[in-house]
Amino acid sequence: MSVRVVEEDRPRKLQRRTLDDVASLIGAATGSLALVWVLYERVFAFSGLLGFVVCWYVTFVVLYAWVTGISNPRTAVVDRVASAAAHGGAAIVGLTLATTVGFIFIKALPALRHVNFFTKDMAGVRPTSPLTQGGMVHALAGSAIEVGIAVAIALPLGVATAVYMTEVGGRLATVVRTVVEAMTALPDIVAGLFIYVLLIIGFGMEKDGLAVSLALVVTMVPVTARSAEVVLKVVSGSLREAGLALGASQWQTVRRVVLPTARSGLATALILGIARITGETAPLLIVSGASTFFNKNPLHNTMNSLPLFIFSAVRSGEPLFIQRGYGAAAVLLGLVLVLFSITRFLARNRQESR
Amino acid sequence: MAASADLLEKPEASKEADEPRTIEPGLATADRVFHHSARAVAMVVLALTASIGLFLGYQSIPTLRHYGLKFLTESQWQPHLNILGLSAVLTGTVEVALIALVVGFPLALLTALYISEYSPQRLRPTLVALLDLMAGVPSIVFGLWAYFLLEPRAIYVARWLSEYLGWIPIFKVDFDTHAAFLGSVLNSHYGASALIAGLAVATMVIPLACSVMRSVFSQAPLGEREGAMALGGSRWGVIRAVVLPFGRRGIIGGTMLGLGRALGETVAVLLIISIAFDVKYKVLTTGAITTSALIANSFGEATGAQLSALLAAGFVLFLMTLAINTLAAVFVNRSRSGAGTDA
Repeated sequence: MSVRVVEEDRPRKLQRRTLDDVASLIGAATGSLALVWVLYERVFAFSGLLGFVVCWYVTFVVLYAWVTGISNPRTAVVDRVASAAAHGGAAIVGLTLATTVGFIFIKALPALRHVNFFTKDMAGVRPTSPLTQGGMVHALAGSAIEVGIAVAIALPLGVATAVYMTEVGGRLATVVRTVVEAMTALPDIVAGLFIYVLLIIGFGMEKDGLAVSLALVVTMVPVTARSAEVVLKVVSGSLREAGLALGASQWQTVRRVVLPTARSGLATALILGIARITGETAPLLIVSGASTFFNKNPLHNTMNSLPLFIFSAVRSGEPLFIQRGYGAAAVLLGLVLVLFSITRFLARNRQESR
Repeated sequence: MAASADLLEKPEASKEADEPRTIEPGLATADRVFHHSARAVAMVVLALTASIGLFLGYQSIPTLRHYGLKFLTESQWQPHLNILGLSAVLTGTVEVALIALVVGFPLALLTALYISEYSPQRLRPTLVALLDLMAGVPSIVFGLWAYFLLEPRAIYVARWLSEYLGWIPIFKVDFDTHAAFLGSVLNSHYGASALIAGLAVATMVIPLACSVMRSVFSQAPLGEREGAMALGGSRWGVIRAVVLPFGRRGIIGGTMLGLGRALGETVAVLLIISIAFDVKYKVLTTGAITTSALIANSFGEATGAQLSALLAAGFVLFLMTLAINTLAAVFVNRSRSGAGTDA
């Protein structure tokens, strides 16, 4: 080793794996696989894939540590065990997400294959009817209308409150901030119960689309206000000062400088908020009825929605209806995926424009 | 500022003519309108949000007055017999949330460390986006996954735990662990338990806690990382000496946010558990109840006084999540990572 030191003057690569790294990793992996296979399947004759994988992983970590310890100091052993733990933990979480998405879409295939699933409602269709009848368009339309109304109310309220907290300020703004932050802790089910007791029991309102929208507004306003405040706070103070120094009034500065600068951040916050309330189920259980027919009037009669459709499908215990539930879950998940792709797109545009 | 103000206030009487002119022109009309309208909207929001809290508190007074302290100690919920209380409900709520946390915390921490420290630089934005996506997956979807895919498998884990770790009180079961499963989740005595509900809730806690932890870890100062590297630290050495101490408050804060979410989770829990009003600590066996599941399950037949009792239960739940979120905010805000940003 010491002879070769002066050979060349290149900087050494920090991240490169040595033969020892690769060999001990592969060796430990295959060795533990073989050992566990012999012990688990042959000697003790256990069964179950989960147990096998857990035993393999544990044996792998032990073996890896032992092999590393042969030719490395203790620091390297700890480093590799920590690395194996981090990779293992991330793998479990990744697997959870992958199986969730995969499971829903695979189970949804039978329902999604029929066009009528996207064009028909469930009026006059029994839960036991074959998948060639009926569909979930009423739930999709209901979700869209309810979420649309909720956003139309909650967004201006939330953003205006955020503007007040960041741009106007003062002692009252601190009070508003404290209360708004506290209300983000309100569990969604309690928000639903609030609307139910106040509007439906108290004022005799119908269990219609508007009641659902209002319940969603209650959960959405604090969240929007807080995330919009975070976005507005990031707008650099010197931009505001530049606007004011050029003689613009504060309102002009807010409208022409602060809000445009924060536009993509606000859009991201808005889309994440929409994704969240689209999948919101708990308040719907209370303030909404699971109707079977198409209804585009939010002021009259009950309106179904995707989460509620899924929930009642699962609760029915009817295999065909459960398949419809999977179909609706896939549509809901697809909507969330689309919304998230949009936020990624916005975020990338923002980075490029800088 | 204070020093210069002192200087301005102290001039001798003869120099009175030299007083600086006030440069506060007052607000322009447009700005006055802007201030007032922004304040008006904020007041509407304040009234709306504050009234919810007050309404919940006000509505639960009759219940608390009627049942007194028994409201917190009674376990059964039988409104028609005038017996109801929160002890079983609150125990179940805390139990499910704690299980979710025990499972979710290590996974969230390890995943956050993986993303910020171990993952290839090029993959990192994608992984962060996937984490955000996981946080956005509706709880009903995770509920479906847990109910149909996880539960039939988790009962074997539950049986294993009761068989080999049965000497730990919470894993004890009072039936034969070798009894056959008869092919069904509910016949197994292990299905529909607090453990499985907790596992389902863990899937919702992980992305929330993990993204807070990750964002704090990624702000760990580069200079200190390089310092640790230069002193010969391994990757784990950097994590232990720089990243974890720097991110400690973020870890605590993120975990508490996750706990707040876990306490309020409804749908996944409602799908999985079969409702049983017992104060029990045997988390492996069938039957559990949480506050949100109670509300979702029994608002339908509730009238008058019973609604007030449900609102009181909701109020107690709200107070719990509020306390936890406040603690989380305190921890996250005090984290070193917040310092030095241009506000």
